[in-house]
Amino acid sequence: MKYMNKSIEELHEMLKKGEVTSEELVKESLELSHQIQDECNAFVTIIDDAQPKKVTDNLLSGIPCGLKDNYSTKGILSTGSSNTLKDYVPFFDATAVKKLKEAGAVFVNKTVMDEFGMGGTGTTGHTGTVLNPWDKTRMCAGSSSGSAAAVAAGVYPYATGSDTGDSIRKPAAYCGIVGYKPTYGMISRYGLFPFASSLDHLGVLTRNVKDAAIVVDNMKGIDPNDMTSWDSEKIHLRESLNGQVKGKKLCYIQEICDLSNYTNPSDELKEHLANFNKTLDLCRNLGMEVEEVSVDKTLLNALAAVYVVISCAEATSNMSNLTGIIFGPRGEGDNYVDMMKDHRTKGFSPLIKRRFVIGSYVLQSQNQERYFRNAQRVRRLLVDAWKDLYKKYDAVILPVGSGPAKHLDGSKDILDKDTVVLEEHLQIGNFGGFPSITIPNGFVSKLPVGVNITGNCYDDENVLNIAYALEQEMDYQNQIAKEV
Amino acid sequence: MGKYKAKIGLEMHCEISETKTKVFSSAKNSYSEEANSNINPIDMAFPGILPVVNKEAVRMALMASMALNCQQPEYMYFERKNYYYPDLPKGFQLTQETKPIPVGIYGQVTFECNGKEKTVRINNLHLEEDAASLDHYDDFSTIDYNRAGVPLLELVTEPDISSADEAVAFLEHMRSVYQYLNISEADSKKGQVRCDVNVSIMDEDLDDSDPKNWGTKIEVKNVNSFGGVRDAINYEIKRQTKLKENNEYEQMEQQTRRWDEESGTTIYMRSKVDAIDYKYFVEPNIPKFKLSKEWLEEIKASLPMLAYERKLKYINNYNLSDYDASILVKQRDIADYFEKTISLGVDSKQAANWTNGMILSYLNSNEINIKEFFLTPEMLKELIDLINSKTISSKQGKEVFAKVLEKKKSPKEIVESEGMMQITDTGELDRIIDEVVNENPEQVAAYDPERPKILDYFIGQIMKKTRGKANPVTASQLMKEKLANLKK
Repeated sequence: MKYMNKSIEELHEMLKKGEVTSEELVKESLELSHQIQDECNAFVTIIDDAQPKKVTDNLLSGIPCGLKDNYSTKGILSTGSSNTLKDYVPFFDATAVKKLKEAGAVFVNKTVMDEFGMGGTGTTGHTGTVLNPWDKTRMCAGSSSGSAAAVAAGVYPYATGSDTGDSIRKPAAYCGIVGYKPTYGMISRYGLFPFASSLDHLGVLTRNVKDAAIVVDNMKGIDPNDMTSWDSEKIHLRESLNGQVKGKKLCYIQEICDLSNYTNPSDELKEHLANFNKTLDLCRNLGMEVEEVSVDKTLLNALAAVYVVISCAEATSNMSNLTGIIFGPRGEGDNYVDMMKDHRTKGFSPLIKRRFVIGSYVLQSQNQERYFRNAQRVRRLLVDAWKDLYKKYDAVILPVGSGPAKHLDGSKDILDKDTVVLEEHLQIGNFGGFPSITIPNGFVSKLPVGVNITGNCYDDENVLNIAYALEQEMDYQNQIAKEV
Repeated sequence: MGKYKAKIGLEMHCEISETKTKVFSSAKNSYSEEANSNINPIDMAFPGILPVVNKEAVRMALMASMALNCQQPEYMYFERKNYYYPDLPKGFQLTQETKPIPVGIYGQVTFECNGKEKTVRINNLHLEEDAASLDHYDDFSTIDYNRAGVPLLELVTEPDISSADEAVAFLEHMRSVYQYLNISEADSKKGQVRCDVNVSIMDEDLDDSDPKNWGTKIEVKNVNSFGGVRDAINYEIKRQTKLKENNEYEQMEQQTRRWDEESGTTIYMRSKVDAIDYKYFVEPNIPKFKLSKEWLEEIKASLPMLAYERKLKYINNYNLSDYDASILVKQRDIADYFEKTISLGVDSKQAANWTNGMILSYLNSNEINIKEFFLTPEMLKELIDLINSKTISSKQGKEVFAKVLEKKKSPKEIVESEGMMQITDTGELDRIIDEVVNENPEQVAAYDPERPKILDYFIGQIMKKTRGKANPVTASQLMKEKLANLKK
């Protein structure tokens, strides 16, 4: 690897100076794609005929990248890692794809994901399990599994992701890289295969905060095709990174971060939380105020259920277009009902079917009040609790998950009911549409772990700047996965 | 009926045909015979598409809401109605349920039925998207997505209607309202208007203000013409009455039936217990948006005159009879044609006679819309002017009218090319009269002003020489003067 371990700015400078050409970068990235495909199974499609692009003043011009396979790409297979779309070649680009194209980005592959983003393991895609480049017996988490594996392995400096619960930010932690989802609606969702519309975000996986800022600067913008998008013209993420965080206020939540909450903590959990506390000290060293706050445990405990109810409900409706009638493999049957049933029975993995059943159940008129509407109410309470914190604090800082990447053979992991909130709290970022970024903050069992910073809506510049400053205090930016 | 009275409620679906684009996509909103020509990825629910609300469709829906005296909501929401059907690409229809409040609730409409005034309460009016259209053949079906996403207004009445006549009068009234608001052609032939009919019967002597007495509601779906509505209601009343008389009514469960036009009967579809659970929930891709007071007031101020108001204007300002005015306002296109003609300076009575007479009968017998009618108000004025100036006779006017439509030429061109110009030039007529006098000395000698019958003979001779083009009144006048001079 000569170039693909470098940052976007470094590559741009080399391209500008003529030290390397876009063609050379694309060639190397494609070679690495094939290598990582063999090792980690990270891609649905490797775009072998990817063409180099003219280098302009845009930092992304001429540089290779990957796209998650739920991004609609004109003329390029886009499956959402599902058999229901296994041969689907869209005839239109997602708005974000169009914007990256205009910036001069070169797409070299489409990355594997959990089927339609519904999963957090990287094991449910129709092309098989994605392996963690740090340890092939472990998962990348999901659903942006292939994007995380590829960026961590150094296939290119960035790949796009999508995040409905934690699908960018958790794989980033498990793979030792940066994962950022901006405020809801900052990047248009037009052309992103939907999972749960009110929770879906687009975002990016990179190896440092500045790269994340650069990529999202190029993806964002109001879009007439997405009524939930908003004008972010005045937000300049990269330009706002100055590392000046003195006086900023952070808080962490006692009910999540204190070891005393866990009755039988594993060694990894202990290490992970101790490491988190070290990170808090680094924040203090930077002149930030860091305080412990308390949030109602009952409310926190409801979080995972709220997510399941809302995301499954929206998903079951969103994916009702997958009938095999207009696109996707046509099902067999004597009538349309049987044809749709056949298509959906064969097309979806068991995990998705289970979620559809939950989604339908909670939307049924006799259940809707008890489950769906109550979930929406609790969602509002959780968001309000966080908004209250943002009155006083710039951001909430929390550890990601209960430790490093889990084993693919789940039997090796101790399942702990106590850690549900620790595992799932990133979903609050989706409930509130908050800007949220995960950066690597150390190693546990020789594997990377991450820390997350989540701020208030539209405060992306502030959130990224805090992450940027903290990143400088640690040695994990631009790290490439080394097999352990 | 006798012992029973009917409770009838209507659900009237009418496409908004006058927006440029569909309700949630930028595809053209236009009726087309060519299948799948007005479509885009949104209409076909390709993965990743998102709905974008057409503000113009919302504006038109609000106009309708106001015209029906409904309350308008503070915020606009749309909801998903989830079900699987091949004509529904997304697997859900974007519509509005009653919670949150749709584009209109609790209105009322007053209209005339058989000379009597009738008021029907509106439960709600909502804006939704139409589905694709299906055609079924022996062993396959075809889907045309042109209609998918066309804005659709669904109006739901309270069961205030008591007969098929009232139902049809209501629908005709509503068609006129939509046409006058200029939001829809409301043309059943284009499939723009479709109805579901709810019918129940109850004993005549029971109190119908108490819903308990209303009987068992039967919903009849897919009635696609006003005639069908009439037939379906009458069929259901007869069917239910028979069940009452056979003491089978009480066993009948609340159900949905389908109108079968061919057999003229309703056919059982499903019982209430098998009703589909549509799992409504608010569409998350469309943020709720506030309807500003200013916008609502602006829309209210823009509401055009409806049929009833125009009729009064025609009677009071144009001195038309109630009968003539009623016919003119029945369809907005016709009334607009009439008003355009008037605005060109044509006498209102003459314009009304032509519009209600020759024009309407031509449109009806040729089954065309006045928008497709060749003879414009400008041409009508030309024609009426030709008659008024005595260039042609009234009788010739009718011939010219037919020829204009047949040859697609203006009235003047027809009159010229067909040589129909009357000879009113007295010099020319004098010359011809002299000829006639010279050629018929015996008849001239026999002329007696007291017995003018022989005058007809002379006029006949003049007409012969001019091939009918002489103006008969002028010719007769001149001939009389000539003969009188000769007698002196």
